[in-house]
Amino acid sequence: MLIGIPRESKPGETLVAATAKTVTQLTNLGYDVVVEAGAGNAADQPDSAFTDAGVRVGTSEEVWAADVVVKVNAPSAEEIGRLRRGATIISMMAPGRSPELLEQFQAAGVTALAMDAVPRISRAQSMDVLSSMANVAGYRAVVESAHEFGRMFTGQVTAAGKIPPARVFVVGAGVAGLAAIGAASAMGAIVRAFDVRPEVAEQVESMGAQFVSVDMEQEVSSDGYAKEMTEAQVAATAAMYDEEAREADIVITTALIPGRPAPKLLSAETVAGMKNGSVIVDMAAANGGNATGTVTDQKIVTDNGVTILGYTDLAGRLAAQTSQLYGTNIVNLLKLLTPEKDGALALDFDDVVQRGITVVKEGESTWPPPAVQVSAAPAAVAAPVEVKEPKVPMSAGTKVGLVLGAIGLFWLVNALAPTDDLRRHFTVLMLSIVIGYYVIGKVAHALHTPLMSVTNAISGVVVVGALVQVASDDKLIVGLSAAAILLASINIFGGFAVTRRMLAMFSKGA
Amino acid sequence: MDIFSITGAAYIVAALLFILSLAGLSRHESAKNGLTYGIVGMGVALVATVAGTVDASEFIEDRPLVIGLLVAAVVVGALIGLWRARIVEMTGMPELIAALHSFVGLAAVLIGVNGHLEGSHFELDSLNNIHEAEVAIGIFIGAVTFTGSIVANLKLSAKMSSAPLMLPGKNFINVGSLGLFAILTVVYVAVEEGTGQDIVLAVLTVLALALGWHLVASIGGGDMPVVVSMLNSYSGWAAAASGFLLGNDLLIVTGALVGSSGAYLSYIMCKAMNRSFISVIAGGFGIAAPAGDDKDYGEHREIQADAVAELLAGASSVVITPGYGMAVAQAQYPVADLTAKLRAKGINVRFGIHPVAGRLPGHMNVLLAEAKLPYDIVLEMDEINDDFPDTDVVLVIGANDTVNPSAAEDPSSPIAGMPVLEVWNAKDVIVFKRSMAAGYAGVQNPLFFRENSQMLFGDAKDKVEEIVRHLGD
Repeated sequence: MLIGIPRESKPGETLVAATAKTVTQLTNLGYDVVVEAGAGNAADQPDSAFTDAGVRVGTSEEVWAADVVVKVNAPSAEEIGRLRRGATIISMMAPGRSPELLEQFQAAGVTALAMDAVPRISRAQSMDVLSSMANVAGYRAVVESAHEFGRMFTGQVTAAGKIPPARVFVVGAGVAGLAAIGAASAMGAIVRAFDVRPEVAEQVESMGAQFVSVDMEQEVSSDGYAKEMTEAQVAATAAMYDEEAREADIVITTALIPGRPAPKLLSAETVAGMKNGSVIVDMAAANGGNATGTVTDQKIVTDNGVTILGYTDLAGRLAAQTSQLYGTNIVNLLKLLTPEKDGALALDFDDVVQRGITVVKEGESTWPPPAVQVSAAPAAVAAPVEVKEPKVPMSAGTKVGLVLGAIGLFWLVNALAPTDDLRRHFTVLMLSIVIGYYVIGKVAHALHTPLMSVTNAISGVVVVGALVQVASDDKLIVGLSAAAILLASINIFGGFAVTRRMLAMFSKGA
Repeated sequence: MDIFSITGAAYIVAALLFILSLAGLSRHESAKNGLTYGIVGMGVALVATVAGTVDASEFIEDRPLVIGLLVAAVVVGALIGLWRARIVEMTGMPELIAALHSFVGLAAVLIGVNGHLEGSHFELDSLNNIHEAEVAIGIFIGAVTFTGSIVANLKLSAKMSSAPLMLPGKNFINVGSLGLFAILTVVYVAVEEGTGQDIVLAVLTVLALALGWHLVASIGGGDMPVVVSMLNSYSGWAAAASGFLLGNDLLIVTGALVGSSGAYLSYIMCKAMNRSFISVIAGGFGIAAPAGDDKDYGEHREIQADAVAELLAGASSVVITPGYGMAVAQAQYPVADLTAKLRAKGINVRFGIHPVAGRLPGHMNVLLAEAKLPYDIVLEMDEINDDFPDTDVVLVIGANDTVNPSAAEDPSSPIAGMPVLEVWNAKDVIVFKRSMAAGYAGVQNPLFFRENSQMLFGDAKDKVEEIVRHLGD
């Protein structure tokens, strides 16, 4: 089958759906690939790079006549008209928000696969464009904010005085938020972050930010996205947003709710209360924005000197890498769709990923797909689950009491012992136990088996007892002692020999 | 300076050398020195005792016979021991160690019997009573160690079902036996010599033998690492009891060293399984039917060796978590080959060892060392657990319960709370398994049904060899 990679028609678009590297992977799957002339120019992928990779560079007509057309943005009405009946189109489509697009696909009799509808399950992560682009966008958001922000991020003490570090507040710890946290803290800023899902606090902290917590209850997300909060929760968090934003130099908002406009998190008052020169990067601008005053694709400076960036092409500003990531997502998807590697695309509707991304199949609408549960946690078992009671650790008092009690008993035994000899034996026993405990406590886990075989050999020292007894006139005693000597000797020699064999095997790598 | 002061001084030296020996074993670097100290210590103790015995036998009739018998016993024992040590497979180590424990136990019983036959001839009555109590205690501990170790050996070598024996009221049997033992000891001490003392002691011995058998028979195969180290401890206490009987400090020191080290090892094992020592002894692990076990775990996916080879070739970080299955299949050599191949390709290969993997503490480490794997890429659970999210491929070879996510996630699971290797956080998990049967704990493993898990069915050794072949070309 022939895959066509057209030039993106959206004004200002820098991305391309395939790079020289990914087209090679596509040909390895058995496909023929044709790339429209100039398609990759803005992403540092000149036509020569594609010809070097062994694929054809063709005209717009050739590309749109292909069996499979792979794009970044949704095709325009005019482009859909150029598709062959029965062809397959793969691109981002925002199917939930663009019913008219789906109608056009149906009218054209094509199969449409939406890259932005990949279910958020672990297996499908390798083709999740939203994640891969959000990662790039989160990084770029920090770079853009640093550009607008008139100061350094990192704090320094210099001969000319002290520079405080910038304070960055990130809202939403999804892929974009985490990438922004990582980039900002790498630049030396103090980063604080918030997310309505308290379970991501650990991820936030792992990226180097402090997690801002608000006292409220929130259930664990089961579809991989944050849920919209209840009114009470909004009230509780609004104060926190206000306080954090006023103290921050940079605010990066990434809060999105699937299929709905972005929640308004920063009110006009909050923005008005922010410091002069501070910057807001509103990564939810495409869906209406998280901040009051955000204008899509525009840079706005408020009356009190706060810059609000509403860019929606953050990922596209790093065109080469984003194209590479998008292209790899496409390759991973086609790998799934081409199990035989014979260049024939086969849709399997039993697979949740393939079912989930197919919005129109041969002119028939298949949107929306059945819901996919991301969290593998099984639904609550109906039968009462017997939860083991946590072990109550012994209180310090009980412990001391027990130890003192045991020592008291030991004293009693010794006091009752009729001879000093016996007391001496007890002394030896006690000291040996203590020594044994401390000596063994330091043994490396890997050496436990050799340790056991050595202690085994050493406990063969009972031979001493039998040896002492063998010097007797009683034939029975002599016989029994000899048997004991024999057994203990097996232990001694066998134990040491086997330990030696084992230790000889342990060797350190070069 | 007479023969007694010489042997006495030699015993102190031997005890010191034994302590140094155990201390040396705490690190790889000093382990071989530790072994040498142990051998020298034992040599000193043997020579001193033999010299003392030869000296003491001056006045007995058949002196040549006794000494000849002594030498013959040592030589025969040494030959048997060296022979067993040379031919034993590293996978058979648990059985061998259990068998060796039983010898110590039996020797302690024989010494106790001798103590009884010799009788005691102190002037003080209380001392005679103490001697008799020591005889009873020594025989009891020795006999429990003896039969317990035999059962452990049979279970480990699969000559006996590893399923726990479930006699009704088994805890009552155990506690009752202890009570009966206490009563019998008192009776044995109280009755005069010649008035049925032999019979009391015989009953006591039989009771201890039965208790040792029952104690270990009622513990499931999954708990064997704990049992083996527990028996190690018992064999030490048996030696210490013999020491009290004979008034020999060397025996007491050594017995206590071994006893406390075994007890400490058992404690470490129990902690690694998040179980109390008492519950291990009480046995019956994996017997209670897990709640909701018939729930649908979904479908598992199968993968073939060539696909695994491809996956490995594309990975940058690989972790191998072996379990008892690797030992059974003797797969450690192909695993070492595989590791060498992958490392030659610049792939970071490490091993994650669960504390209770295998049937003996440190069992996996020994097997991997046998296959000449460098020990610095063999890591403990705690060292590697945080690295799984950054790992591309995890190979689970013959492990099951030690990688079971329900230990961490399902509070109703019988293994809930047991620390496990969190392999499921890695990108891909390949599970080598013979079939879909449950692990030793009898608990289903949801790992097999995870999105990122794939099953490679078949004999682990064959499969690993197959992967190595596919990697080769």
